[in-house]
Amino acid sequence: MFEAQIELTTTSPVNDTANIRVTQANRLPDDPVLVIRPSRGWSAIDFPEMWRYKELLYFLTWRDVAVRYKQTVLGAAWAVLQPLATMVIFTLLFGRLAKIPSDGVPYPIFAYAGLLPWMFFSNAVTNSGNSLVGSQNLITKIYFPRMFIPMAAIGAGLVDFAIAASVLGCLMVYYGIQLTWSFLLVPLLVIQTTALATGVGLLLSALNVKYRDVRYVVPFALQFWMFASPVIYPISFVPEEYRSLVLLNPLSGLIDGYRAALFGNPLDPKSLLISAMLTLLVLVVSLYSFRRMERQFADVV
Amino acid sequence: MKPIIRVKNLSKHYQIGRQKEAYGTLRESLIRAARAPFDRVKRVWSNATDGLDPRENGNGIWALRDVSFEVYPGEVLGIIGRNGAGKSTLLKILSRITDPTTGQVDLYGRVGSLLEVGTGFHPELTGRENIYLNGAILGMGRREISRKINEIVDFAGVEQFLDTPVKHYSSGMHLRLAFAVAAHMESDVLVVDEVLAVGDASFQEKCLGKIGDVTKSGRTVLFVSHNEGIVRHLCTRCILISGGKIALDGDPAAAYALYRRNRDETTFSSAHRRHDTGHVHILDARLMVDGESVSDVESGEQLDIVFEFEVHSAVPCAPAILIRDENGAPVIFSWLASELGGPGCPPPGRYRNSYRLDLPKLATGSYSIDMMLAQVGIGFHHYLEESLVFRVHSAVHAETGWNFQQSYGFGRILVNASKLYGPQHVDINNAEN
Repeated sequence: MFEAQIELTTTSPVNDTANIRVTQANRLPDDPVLVIRPSRGWSAIDFPEMWRYKELLYFLTWRDVAVRYKQTVLGAAWAVLQPLATMVIFTLLFGRLAKIPSDGVPYPIFAYAGLLPWMFFSNAVTNSGNSLVGSQNLITKIYFPRMFIPMAAIGAGLVDFAIAASVLGCLMVYYGIQLTWSFLLVPLLVIQTTALATGVGLLLSALNVKYRDVRYVVPFALQFWMFASPVIYPISFVPEEYRSLVLLNPLSGLIDGYRAALFGNPLDPKSLLISAMLTLLVLVVSLYSFRRMERQFADVV
Repeated sequence: MKPIIRVKNLSKHYQIGRQKEAYGTLRESLIRAARAPFDRVKRVWSNATDGLDPRENGNGIWALRDVSFEVYPGEVLGIIGRNGAGKSTLLKILSRITDPTTGQVDLYGRVGSLLEVGTGFHPELTGRENIYLNGAILGMGRREISRKINEIVDFAGVEQFLDTPVKHYSSGMHLRLAFAVAAHMESDVLVVDEVLAVGDASFQEKCLGKIGDVTKSGRTVLFVSHNEGIVRHLCTRCILISGGKIALDGDPAAAYALYRRNRDETTFSSAHRRHDTGHVHILDARLMVDGESVSDVESGEQLDIVFEFEVHSAVPCAPAILIRDENGAPVIFSWLASELGGPGCPPPGRYRNSYRLDLPKLATGSYSIDMMLAQVGIGFHHYLEESLVFRVHSAVHAETGWNFQQSYGFGRILVNASKLYGPQHVDINNAEN
């Protein structure tokens, strides 16, 4: 920014049009601080600008979380109830009735450990997908990096994830599961899941602005995606011929990885690597696509 | 003198409706049908990312067309024009909310925009929480807000309600708080879009005061408003935008003169006909000021009315008007004359009459005029309801500076009073005085 040396004139009636009211003897920068121009093609991701607005991301996330909990009776309990209740149903249906194998750990905790990242991903994607359309008034009246809106929804999802993860800790104690060194992998997996959710969420939210039917397709697609992911079953359950298909799903290596890291089972580097590369691909494509579609948001939303 | 904002050939095009492809031959249609799924995907993608090329598309409007101007540091620039002229679009582009279609803006300073007050306020959060949230949205950091929070709360006057959810605030408190946060934005340029149109008188005064402070501190202000009084009071320079182009860039008085000259003539409407005996008909009517057709007048300005009528068979009748306020309530009645003239009623034919109205100072707002040809004691020969519409602006009481608007609920007519005597000392003990 430039230095402003303000010299106030003593008596200058506001209406005096004869005097040009230049009461600032400031030095303007030689180059424009900002140039507004029609954008064409792909835009770069403006990291410096996002860094400048970083506090806003915190506030938007905090807003999403605070509002959610102020409005509900269950509050934080909901974050736990959802995976717990689903775990119970899955245990009854898939663990007991269908007798799906669970990689050497009791089915309930097997299911819960898979449900945790899945529900984070699913809720984060759903909420961020709808976030832009739900923030019409913000987008059309104020400028700030639009990416923050879906990212805040994902941040709020992380908070729920953390709460539900505490219950996982209790479950592990209950079932007497010992932690091993592979547990250290979990934070990395969390980062990767966040990255994947961000990628998918950003893309969906941008598409939703222009094509409103996206929000109706998403729940259906997510249901299908859950069955295509190793939430209910381990990857080892899938017959060899189809296993490569399953690995095309970035969540496959990820969810199995969580379980392996938590329960001390052997990790599968191949599935983890494929998952990581796919995540990176999705994230990059989604970031650039979002930037490109961003220009139209205020006009179309 | 270097500008702080330079706008070069700025244009903005908006799509309206959908682009339809013209139908060709059957062969073309079949080929198109076969290619349809791929074309659709391609179109969906290009639609989502770039939008359609405006040059290809005939259904669109140019909200801004080749606008160029420069703003210098310390200026208070008023941007005026009719609704739909392109003012808000210009502000949106300057605030980076929407991309220009062509052209460029060079900004040599930070721009803070007040396009709407209270953006991002969430009803479930408390006043304090909303201050931080709104402040962050406006680009202020947490520390900056903490530094200013006392000032903000003071300005808004909501100290006792700071920790209650905003949904319990009255609309006035809501507005004051929102404006208080926005007013403490630190930026080199402040862009304000008709924020003053909302709110009651005291709120407007506070807004004006704050904006006045901003201008006095030497910051640059871009100001869009319909309120001529405020613009003339604050702005040193005016840009008149008309149909997406700059019509005038310069002295506010000159800009408003041109604004009024270019305004649409009031359109006469004979749609609401309450009475019609068939003998005489009002064909057209217009309001004039200084020989020019107007639809907007200053409060207390002398207004002329011209109307054309047709006589089929001469009947004794007198022209009259009833002026209604924006709610349709009758405010003023006037017999324009006791007869159509000639004398009596002129013989069958088409005629034009003109009268000068001695209007009192009317409150700012819109009014409509019922026109009638009536016969006292008998009835109406022709009655047209709300045949003309006009607006009154700048109803300001000179001595107190009070802005008189219809929406205040203090009636429609401002009447002056003059002192007969006083202050006369009254002795409490001696009651006979």
